[in-house]
Amino acid sequence: MASEAGEGSTAGMDDYETLISTTDVELLKKAWRNEKAAPEILRFETSLIQRIRGQIQLMEENIEEFAGSGIDPLTVSLYQMDLDRTQYLFRSYLRIRLQKIEKYMFHISKNPEVQSRLSEQEKGFAIRCADDMERHLEESVLSKLPDNYQDIVKQSIISEESDMIPEPQLDSFVVCKSRRFLGPFQLDGSDELLEMKPDELCIIHYKSIRERVQEGDIDLV
Amino acid sequence: MAGQSDPQLSLFSAEEVEFIAEDEMVKIVPNLRMDALNFVCGDFGPFFPQLATQVPLWLAVALKKRGKCTIRPPQWMTVEKLTQVLEAERDSQRVFEQLPFHYVEISRLLFDHARDDIPDVYMVRSLIEDIRDVRFHKVETNLESLNERAFALKINNLSAMEVNIVRPFVGRALQAFYKHDSPDLIPDQDRVSDRRPQVANNATRRHLRR
Repeated sequence: MASEAGEGSTAGMDDYETLISTTDVELLKKAWRNEKAAPEILRFETSLIQRIRGQIQLMEENIEEFAGSGIDPLTVSLYQMDLDRTQYLFRSYLRIRLQKIEKYMFHISKNPEVQSRLSEQEKGFAIRCADDMERHLEESVLSKLPDNYQDIVKQSIISEESDMIPEPQLDSFVVCKSRRFLGPFQLDGSDELLEMKPDELCIIHYKSIRERVQEGDIDLV
Repeated sequence: MAGQSDPQLSLFSAEEVEFIAEDEMVKIVPNLRMDALNFVCGDFGPFFPQLATQVPLWLAVALKKRGKCTIRPPQWMTVEKLTQVLEAERDSQRVFEQLPFHYVEISRLLFDHARDDIPDVYMVRSLIEDIRDVRFHKVETNLESLNERAFALKINNLSAMEVNIVRPFVGRALQAFYKHDSPDLIPDQDRVSDRRPQVANNATRRHLRR
């Protein structure tokens, strides 16, 4: 029942061997780890999540059948354990993303590029969240402040930009590992070149490796 | 606003690190006959009595708990190998020995559930604890020597648990260095909302730690 990652994956063609032998659960684990370690929200893995959801449902039905049909309880409990583990990864992945959305909801609503990384349901959630928060703040606090200071996103009317929106700290340091040789690339904000050997741990600015994480060359640990 | 990352979001709890470690493969010797298991995460088995097979650690522990198998300790978990590693760790100040990424979690799980399958278990256990102490002490001393603005830090052969413990501190320390050690220009009096310091990068250094 182990489905293989198909065309939905973004790894390069020279990793073809790894690609066809990586199970969906491994991909989910990788996506979960990256999401946990990254300071901003990453792209939603739509096809992966769909496949996993389907597999989980199938497995749940199977277990019900097994439990009814007298297969020995040991096997049933092992299948249940596997299902629990997969469900944990699945739910945790979704929860981390929701946490990040809640944290950065105003930033997301002003930023269409970030919005493109959310799933449809997440977009709806983000909009509702921002609306609710805005209404709540207005009713409880902002309407009682002097006129010049009543905006949600600007400190005062004379602020030139929206400077009260919490934004993800892209220059926080993250621990990462590369899966193969990465030729020298420029670190953000400096002239230094850094190269990475496979399986070497590196603590580095998230900004410097952002695209590579999205392409799947670097894994966050 | 100090460069604080939210610890809730980016930290793995110890249990989560163990969860990741539980997918590592180990060899078991089952004592029962069982059909192949088609899990979501992979296919394992079929299982024949006395025929060794590879399964993920969580499955091995589950079977062991129910008395259905014995677990073969991995290659690196022998008194000889571990003594070698311990000597090497003690000898060098900066180099970390090559150990499996999840050695702490794997050994902990095996000690808790498969004690009788490990030869010389008390010796092995004390060796691993010593190795952990020496390594962690090395990490601490090396971190003390962090004293200037670094763009990247390379560490070889650190294990998952060590990374997890050290991560929040190193992240914040490096961030603080980055912020406070950077040559700022004096901020313009008029533009209140301009918060980004202009960074002229003369003093960059990349630390290579082996």
